[in-house]
Amino acid sequence: MKAIVIGCGRVGSTVALQLQGSGWDVTVLDENEDALGRLGESWSGGFLVGHGMDLALLRDAGIEEADAVVVTTDGDNTNLVIAQAAQKQFEVPSVVVRVLDPARAQFYASRGLRIVCPTSAAIETLVGYVRRAEGTAA
Amino acid sequence: MYLLIAGGGKVGTNLTRSLLRDGHEVTLIEQRPYRFEKLEAEFEHQVMRGDATELYVLERAGIKRPPDLLVAATGDDEDNIIICQLAREKYGIDNVIARINDPRNQPYFDLLGISPTVSATGAILGLIEHEVPDHGLIHLLELRKENLEIVELTIDEHAAAKGKRVGGLKLPDGARVISVVRNGTAEIPDDDTQLHVGDQVLAILEPGKEDELRRALLRH
Repeated sequence: MKAIVIGCGRVGSTVALQLQGSGWDVTVLDENEDALGRLGESWSGGFLVGHGMDLALLRDAGIEEADAVVVTTDGDNTNLVIAQAAQKQFEVPSVVVRVLDPARAQFYASRGLRIVCPTSAAIETLVGYVRRAEGTAA
Repeated sequence: MYLLIAGGGKVGTNLTRSLLRDGHEVTLIEQRPYRFEKLEAEFEHQVMRGDATELYVLERAGIKRPPDLLVAATGDDEDNIIICQLAREKYGIDNVIARINDPRNQPYFDLLGISPTVSATGAILGLIEHEVPDHGLIHLLELRKENLEIVELTIDEHAAAKGKRVGGLKLPDGARVISVVRNGTAEIPDDDTQLHVGDQVLAILEPGKEDELRRALLRH
């Protein structure tokens, strides 16, 4: 199975390492060459330097044959645009995208993108803890 | 008309100025504090500070009224795409115009159905192609009244006309070789003048015959 991870920050690099650990063929894209360091010295997957919206670069990374694309750059709008191209143009079966803004996350999720919103997750968890503390105090 | 303009750079600012002068109602959205302050000094309450890809910013700017037209003119193509998508698909605004900064991003706008788009680079390229249909052919002079123009071509290694005599060239009707410049010296050629690599050929022709002339002299 082939996966492409776009954006090699803390999240993207860890996703890439875990997928590779479970036997996936993973290619990682990042604008910054130094991001390769996050993958560790034993990284044997692909790594390409460039902007995730560069269609030629996406093709070089093998997006046309990819089974999954994970989009985790630090820009919500960049992520949303790349994810839509992966889904509509390259017809990648599984596209997952990180979006930090809950409002945009909700809107695009309603249009059929598979979105992970860490902000919403944090809010839910925090509120949940507070409510439970409230229950204990009473 | 009521217009919403996202992005207060050169494009958005000048657009706002012109539209206000023509009596339209405009809200301009600009994110960067420094730029916003300058814009506020000029446009007062008609400029708003915020990220136009955030729903609450668009709503505060009046996207629900709704505007007759939205222009996404920021310097980021991905932002312009998202602004147009939100405007059209979330808020039902049919008339959106997007600025394209990097022409390589055009396929994304096409894929996501965002049109019309405006790209300065694309527009200038179009003009260049019109004025100089191929980089192999340079317009030297346009005799508009006479409906003639003079162009220059350089005979290179791969040119069809390399080694040929001027009399043997299959020139289009309405085109004539008027001068050959070799080693800095110009001469008026006759049918026996042979063309060599490095020769600059001046030709006079009717406008519109450039492609045929280029095919006759340069293609192999």
